[in-house]
Amino acid sequence: MKILEAKNITFGYGEKQVLNNINLSVEEADFIGIIGPNGSGKTTLLKMLCRGLKPGAGNVFFKGQDIFKLDTGFVAKNIAMVPQDETIIFPFTVFEIVMMGRSPYIKRFSWEGKEDVDIVNSAMKLADISRFKDRNIDELSSGERQRVFIARALAQMPKVLLLDEPTSHLDINHQYDILELVKKLNENVKITVIMISHDINLASKYCKKLVLLKKGRIYTEGTAKKVVTRKIIKDVYGVNVNLIKGNVLL
Amino acid sequence: MKNRFKTYILLGIILLISSVFLGIFIGGVFIEPGAAIKIMLSKIPAVSGYIPVTWDETISDILFKVRIPRVLLALLVGASLSVSGAVFQGLLKNPLADPYLLGVSSGAALGAAIIILSSLPFFFFGVPVVPFAAFAGALLSMFLVYGLARNKGKISLHTLLLSGVIINFSFSALIMLIITVSNKGLAEVVVWMMGTLNNTNYDLLPYITPVALLLMFVIYMFSNDLNIIAVGEETAVFLGVKTEKVKKMLFVLTSMLTALAVSVSGLIGFVGLIIPHIARMIVGPDHRILIPVSALLGGIFLILSDTLCRSVIAPSEIPTGVVTAILGGPLFLYLLKRKK
Repeated sequence: MKILEAKNITFGYGEKQVLNNINLSVEEADFIGIIGPNGSGKTTLLKMLCRGLKPGAGNVFFKGQDIFKLDTGFVAKNIAMVPQDETIIFPFTVFEIVMMGRSPYIKRFSWEGKEDVDIVNSAMKLADISRFKDRNIDELSSGERQRVFIARALAQMPKVLLLDEPTSHLDINHQYDILELVKKLNENVKITVIMISHDINLASKYCKKLVLLKKGRIYTEGTAKKVVTRKIIKDVYGVNVNLIKGNVLL
Repeated sequence: MKNRFKTYILLGIILLISSVFLGIFIGGVFIEPGAAIKIMLSKIPAVSGYIPVTWDETISDILFKVRIPRVLLALLVGASLSVSGAVFQGLLKNPLADPYLLGVSSGAALGAAIIILSSLPFFFFGVPVVPFAAFAGALLSMFLVYGLARNKGKISLHTLLLSGVIINFSFSALIMLIITVSNKGLAEVVVWMMGTLNNTNYDLLPYITPVALLLMFVIYMFSNDLNIIAVGEETAVFLGVKTEKVKKMLFVLTSMLTALAVSVSGLIGFVGLIIPHIARMIVGPDHRILIPVSALLGGIFLILSDTLCRSVIAPSEIPTGVVTAILGGPLFLYLLKRKK
């Protein structure tokens, strides 16, 4: 069953066309990687899939319903987004930030209940940040902060998890940890994952399907084998690469 | 979380009540606590019969016509400015923001200055005109700033800040112009711009109190949304926050709250900047706790500052805004230093 669907999405900032007639259909429990050069429209597309940005033309559907006609709280319970790194000025603790993931579930004037605390604790455990739950967010490294945002997204208990370059600030061991975690959620909990990655090799290894963007259009999509070829990389990125066991080498 | 909240609020309320009584007892004339309480009790119909009148009528007048309304005004203004400051700081993601940053203050000052410096009467059918002119000026500047920052239905916080600063400059220039061409009332305008609770606006208390409380209550409803916006304006929508709507609501509500406070007290500085800051040092950045604690702390701070300013050189007075700045500056620097 299609859980998320983008139909004829077009978007531009002023004169500049960022996305051009994008059609994307995401099956339940899919694991999709969005790749493409800088400025190809990856983040813009991802924001539209979670109601963060309204397309100039076209529609996004969640389980067949227009996402912009759904309640923001309902969308937040079903689709979670892990944004790129953000600086946070105020000294919120890690626990408080992750608890914000529960806010679509908490009514105005009421405080988080025991169930919310349990969910937040297990989300922190999954993202391996329990040991610094009481530290202030402004004291963490950007890699640690990234995992806090993943935990916050998990606390939303979403059906769809969107990640914008989740491994960009991480060491290889943490890149591996995060992607294994996402893979586990995808396989065991059947969370649908859509992930932007600038690392073609990691995306190939973990994603079931890749979507390659070039200048706001989908250049090609399909399995890593189909998408990651010498010719396509040359056409889209403009560099000559070698492929060894499906891995891109410069 | 909830228990911590209750502890802070309870402690705050106890301190606030103590400050209220302190403010009532101390002033140009010291009123014996025992006598003051007796006089106050005598106004309660159920017990008044049991209390023999042993006091001078002037003491009773000082108590009911000056002290109590003034302390209540200090409480209301302090709480309003601090809540506004806490919200602006969160909204603009800037711990240096204060409620005057967005033009409300200079608009109010312009309105007040026009009345004070012109030959217009100060009272219109017994109603003081200056507060209304100040309020109108504040709303005018709020709509100007809001209109400038609005683009395609969205509010850009950077433009908001910038428009606020520009409006402040332009209105201040206009005030200077009016001061230059007029030849009376300069001292009054200066005192108004420094902020003072020594005024004729006590009669307005029954009207502004419920409005200010209502505004604070509605603002408080959005405190969790404010938490999420303070962490990241762009990401707030992913957590189900109707970001644009909340931003507009909070901007309008806090500006009105500030306008209300300013219209009856002038530009009392520093409270809206340092009280939320100090509150954040004590209770952390969660606005669900920060907003009510700021309100309590702001009330306490302004009552105590005002008590000082009317008793230090009695029977003369120092403008309240001067005392808040003299006290607030070093207090703030001390806390900042100690934290590092």
